[in-house]
Amino acid sequence: MRRIAGLLLLALGPVLVLGVLFVLPVTGMVSQGFWVDDRFAPGEVLQVLARPRVHRIAWFTLWSSGIATLVAITLGLPVAYALHRLALPGRTTLRAAMLVPFVLPTVVVGVAFRTLLGEGGPLGFLGLDGSPVAIVAGMVFFNVAVVIRAVGAAWESLDPRPGEAAAALGASPIQVLRTVTLPALRPAIIGAASVVFLFCATAFGIVLTLGGVRYGTIETEIYFLTTTIFDLQAAAALSVLQIVVVVLLLALSARLRHVPDPTAHRVVARPRAVRLADWPVMTATVLVLSFVALPILTLVAGSFQVGEGWGWGNYRALTTTGDNQALLVPVTAALLTSLRTAVDATWMALALGLMVSVIVTRRSQSISERRVRSLLDGFFMLPLGVSAVTLGFGFLITLDSPPLDLRDSPLLVPMAQALVALPLIVRTLTPVLGGIDDRQRQAAASLGASPWRAMLTVDLPVVWKPMLAASGFAFAVSLGEFGATSFLARDDQPTLPIVIYRLIGHPGEMNFGMALAASVVLATATACVMVAVERLRVPSVGAF
Amino acid sequence: MKSARKHVVLTTSLAAALTAMTLASCSLTSSPDKDSGKATDRETTSSPSQAGGTVVLASHESFSLPDTLIKQFKEDTGYDLEVRAAGDAGTLATKLSLTANNPIGDAAFGIDNTFASRPLGEDVFAPFTPATTPPAEYALDEGADRLVPIDAASVCVNVDTAWFKAEKLDPPKTLADLTDPAYKGLFVTPGASTSSPGMAFFLATVAEYGDDWESYWTGLLDNDTLVVDGWEDAYYGDFTAGSKTGKRPIVVSYDSSPAFTVKGDATTTAALLDTCFRQVEYAGVLEGAKNPAGAEALIDWMLSDSVQSALPESMYVFPVMESATIPKDWAKFAVRPTAPYEVPSEEIAANREKWLTDWTDVISR
Repeated sequence: MRRIAGLLLLALGPVLVLGVLFVLPVTGMVSQGFWVDDRFAPGEVLQVLARPRVHRIAWFTLWSSGIATLVAITLGLPVAYALHRLALPGRTTLRAAMLVPFVLPTVVVGVAFRTLLGEGGPLGFLGLDGSPVAIVAGMVFFNVAVVIRAVGAAWESLDPRPGEAAAALGASPIQVLRTVTLPALRPAIIGAASVVFLFCATAFGIVLTLGGVRYGTIETEIYFLTTTIFDLQAAAALSVLQIVVVVLLLALSARLRHVPDPTAHRVVARPRAVRLADWPVMTATVLVLSFVALPILTLVAGSFQVGEGWGWGNYRALTTTGDNQALLVPVTAALLTSLRTAVDATWMALALGLMVSVIVTRRSQSISERRVRSLLDGFFMLPLGVSAVTLGFGFLITLDSPPLDLRDSPLLVPMAQALVALPLIVRTLTPVLGGIDDRQRQAAASLGASPWRAMLTVDLPVVWKPMLAASGFAFAVSLGEFGATSFLARDDQPTLPIVIYRLIGHPGEMNFGMALAASVVLATATACVMVAVERLRVPSVGAF
Repeated sequence: MKSARKHVVLTTSLAAALTAMTLASCSLTSSPDKDSGKATDRETTSSPSQAGGTVVLASHESFSLPDTLIKQFKEDTGYDLEVRAAGDAGTLATKLSLTANNPIGDAAFGIDNTFASRPLGEDVFAPFTPATTPPAEYALDEGADRLVPIDAASVCVNVDTAWFKAEKLDPPKTLADLTDPAYKGLFVTPGASTSSPGMAFFLATVAEYGDDWESYWTGLLDNDTLVVDGWEDAYYGDFTAGSKTGKRPIVVSYDSSPAFTVKGDATTTAALLDTCFRQVEYAGVLEGAKNPAGAEALIDWMLSDSVQSALPESMYVFPVMESATIPKDWAKFAVRPTAPYEVPSEEIAANREKWLTDWTDVISR
């Protein structure tokens, strides 16, 4: 009992933060639909769920996200292996580059995809423009990085010896993969899959741009119902449906993620040289890399197009406010705002994420304790699966009076971004922390180490690298976040994605080129930060 | 080997420098350095001559006015203007309606005739009569005592005249022409459910065809019309004059768009003036505003000649006041429709949901 009390005390901080910044706004917005003219009317809300249109949209959301998740996992696994276990030349840079799609504003990626797939594009003959295939491809493009990074981090610190032992006993590489490696990676894979699914199911811009207007997901429908039609009842019904689906999914993934004995000895394996037998992995890696590179290269090419010729004109224009004063601040100023916001969002998300991960992975001594831990685990994943529209409007109507008058606070943007990044951090850290044998901590304690000391000597050396990877993730999420930010950002301090969106929506020959150039700058900035993260962790390896 | 080592050292130090730079440039977002000159400015000089404090204007993401004008507003009235501009017109209308008891600003700008009835129905705006009266043709049928017209822009079908000349084909003129097989596969429009110009074009078809709009749209789709998400997709993605890879020379855009495709002393596009729907944008004082006097001064200022004359270049719309000056390119190339299509704002509010769900069904078929 005392353990549970202690656990809850430790969880109080993160729970409070999430309660104020997430539960309160979402409840506030959803209840707008449940109360009609001061009368509680849950029946009318539930009736919305009987509409055939809602069924169609819910079904489309489920299957498109499901397929996108499967494809992302299938494509991501070989690349995760190649970039984390093989001594590929330039793999650090490649790993950093793989995160670029993750931060590109959806509207820009949408335009890039459409220049490829559209009627006049090089892939126009496929006739995929505006089809569900294009939507799924867009989702995979954005999310394959999540799989590569989350699974790669786990794979990198996986002890290679059990696999080697199996091979020495005569197992074929496939058998080793199936019986040794994949089971050990299962928590990381399931974790990545659940995150990817939630990202896909709540995708907004990409569905609109690539699917045309024919296909709607729950997320786009909530937006449509709230802003275009102002049918708050129906929007509330869909929000509730979304939350229920997310909770079910999280419960399922927690069950699947659970392994009888997560304690595996973790060492960072030396990447080994590429062999001829690695050709399937290498082929898959090259294919995935080209799939990701193609739209990006289209963007880069477009950014250098000035009038009929080529040049740096679009980049030089980034210090201006664009043709016809499309912007209030130059793009360069927006980049600084973005970087500053991202730093704040990263430390917030990392601090919260670390606390949450420690809380949910400590070995439970009773069933009720384990239940509390897994409930908390699921609770912190929720922000990923709930509509940004509902959350954004919820902020406006619930955080509007003291003591919670956060509506105009400049910290609101990094806080919202930290919420989005939090589940990624938790999913990256928990498989690693969960894999630490608790007996190590007990041994440390019996040798006289304080809990802090035990954490420093047992947990930190193992969790150090995944933590850097996670913070890179959070940084990238913050740099590219558009949905919540567009809702909350102040006009005089817009972030880069907001500015790009604004440029692309303003007529003027230069503005479109500038938008592409700004996207390339955003992508480059992200890649640089990611390379920095990857580089900085190298010296630490020998230290532990 | 040595060079590889050097490479690692170099990139590591570069990375370290980069990280340090980022970290240094940061700390709790509220940047107390260079570009917040504005903020300190606000604090030090907030003891103005005539009136006091800040006026907060809630608007949509397209709001933009030159800095010099905003400074002038401060000098003339003593109020600091703070603009909170985010989301599209629909988002703004919803935000205002949801926060009717505790408004997000003192004044709002950017509610157009297609969305006006929503905030009006929630009693978001306070009655207000501006010092100068804008022309009566822009006034709303209901709510004219609360919402003041500021600008107008017509959504019209645009054609790439250069393309039609090269193909030796006469461009279309009317909505009916768009279903003519001669123009099969040439037309692209943003969707009514996802885009505000898309909605305006849809309303033009409703005004023309009444309840028969469904069969007109079926005709459009049979003629291989492409429906995309937003205006930028249509114009920059598929329109021949807006995109290098575009294949379609007919697009839904604005009456002012031809002023942006000027090559030398001629424009390569034209707006079809018989296909237009006029969007009028309004401003109003928010009920329960902290600074109602400031809000009223702000709206009066928005009707002043200096702001009205800046509207075309800042927001791509026409001023409502006839005394405003219009830029040369606009005067020459942006021709305004004389008799645009109209649908009363109450009718839009009453039918929006049905129209849009039916429309989605038609185009998903």
